[in-house]
Amino acid sequence: MPYEQLLSETALADERYVVMTAENRALVRNMPRILGNRFIDTGITEQTMIGAAAGLALRGRIPVVHALTAFLTMRAFEFIRTDIGIANLPVKLSGFIPGFLSDANGPTHQAIEDISLMRGIPHMEVYAPADEDDLEQMLPAIWASPHPAYVRINTRPGSFKHEPFEPGKAELIATGDDITLLTYGLMLEQTLLAADILRGEGKSVGIVNMRSLKPVDEKAILQAADSRLMVTIEDHFLTGGLYSIVAETLLKHRVTANVLPFALKDKWFKPALLPDVLQFEGFTGKQIAEEILGYEVGRESVRTQPNEFAE
Amino acid sequence: MLFSTEQHRLLEEKAFTVRQHIIRMATGGGCFIGASLSAADLLVYLYSGFLHIDKSSLDHEDRDYLFLSKGHDVPALYGTLAEAGIINRERLQNHLSIDDHIYWHPNTRVSGIEFHSGSLGHLPSVAIGVAMDIKIRQGNNRVICILGDGELNEGTCWEAMLVAQAYKLDNLVFVVDRNQFQANVATEELIPLEPLTDKFAAFGAAVQRINGHDFAAIDKAFSACTPQGKPHVIIADTVRGKGLPSIESRADRWFCNFSGEEIDQLLAELDGSRPALLTSETLVVR
Repeated sequence: MPYEQLLSETALADERYVVMTAENRALVRNMPRILGNRFIDTGITEQTMIGAAAGLALRGRIPVVHALTAFLTMRAFEFIRTDIGIANLPVKLSGFIPGFLSDANGPTHQAIEDISLMRGIPHMEVYAPADEDDLEQMLPAIWASPHPAYVRINTRPGSFKHEPFEPGKAELIATGDDITLLTYGLMLEQTLLAADILRGEGKSVGIVNMRSLKPVDEKAILQAADSRLMVTIEDHFLTGGLYSIVAETLLKHRVTANVLPFALKDKWFKPALLPDVLQFEGFTGKQIAEEILGYEVGRESVRTQPNEFAE
Repeated sequence: MLFSTEQHRLLEEKAFTVRQHIIRMATGGGCFIGASLSAADLLVYLYSGFLHIDKSSLDHEDRDYLFLSKGHDVPALYGTLAEAGIINRERLQNHLSIDDHIYWHPNTRVSGIEFHSGSLGHLPSVAIGVAMDIKIRQGNNRVICILGDGELNEGTCWEAMLVAQAYKLDNLVFVVDRNQFQANVATEELIPLEPLTDKFAAFGAAVQRINGHDFAAIDKAFSACTPQGKPHVIIADTVRGKGLPSIESRADRWFCNFSGEEIDQLLAELDGSRPALLTSETLVVR
């Protein structure tokens, strides 16, 4: 089901929902007609929109707010943190063109630190659907939660039929002894291609679609650490995204592992159309598989049992 | 600036060529064609003698500065920079190529672009910083910052107006490309801006309002931006999609990605709507 249809059905069934945008209408073009005065376009005013969403939530509304992810999560960051985070209001942030999806727009439009920023806000939940089907599985539970939530919106059609969603749970697509690929969002498509190539080379390959980055599925991460190599694949800065989440989780549970990250290492990506970006930055399934095959697993991962002081 | 018939004719010619460049960028991924066509005449004027910017002075401390804050109109700037000899014309064919830096928003990898933009409401404050330093150094260079009318939704534009008048930055000219549209809707149907002249005047600026496609009016307005103890604002009334009647003033012609065949049709349309070349007689009639 397309995003806009799901949103309109949800809002029509429950009067508490209001749909807001900072004049980004790509996802909500028909909402003025469908929702009347429960559609609010504040113009290009991300900060004012977030403050107004907090006010609407104070009156019992559930605002689903829209803007390009870069401007939603960064221009309005302090408003999100202060007006929505401190008050723990159920405002649902729909960020458009996250990660590589901003293709030829340039660094001003690249949201590749959004996961890092949003998960740093107490109460804020963070989700990243892999494609349109995944989005449809995930959004009803996200919108029904009493907490604020940020969603990396991805409406691209996918080839994969996803399982039902539960917040805090990853989707375990496959398990493997040699390599486990952990990913989220847009990069699942290339991850599936990489897995096919690796299997063709005789490797036993696990695949995890993280879906829920906060709360995160710690069990899925710890299970992945049982394979000889863990690989994190994300269109995000290395700092603060899935690689960081994996590191935090392993450290918390006193587990060491071989982890190979695919992420943007302290740089913005080269702007161009999406297929060219993937190729240039080394994020195609083929390039990922080749780099994994060339990676030497130095030693068997050491799994340390939690001691008496650990949780 | 003294403004001869011949100069006027050359400006019209150059603007026509820049519009051709813009149209050619609206394929193979596309561009923000409407906003580019509305700003084309302003940029062509500024780079044809008004601004002290040329290929040899791009890093001179006493050059004039142009900041393109609305960003979406960068195809108009790419085309203008090519016609001003600051970048090679051939480079325009690299639009959206992974091998170059000619993409949907301005960036400094393109010679002549002073600062990146795309996130609205940033460059008014960056322009203020440059204008402040020029004041500190007692320079005579001028700073132009081009804003979209939709961009004026952003609160930072108005913060910048407060600061610019507080510091009496009369070396700074904010130009509003008043094409009446934000991305998806007419400005006055969403967040009305009028009376815009009164708003800027209330913020302490010296305001002029002109037809942004009339070179004589543009010339008169910029020539009047002399130091008077307050920042300047020129509200340039323009038409989104100017030069292509089939897309002019249409809310759904913001970002467009046309087929090669459509591009040929648009180029023919531009040619057909070209005003008769100016001669001394026609100029008098005008």
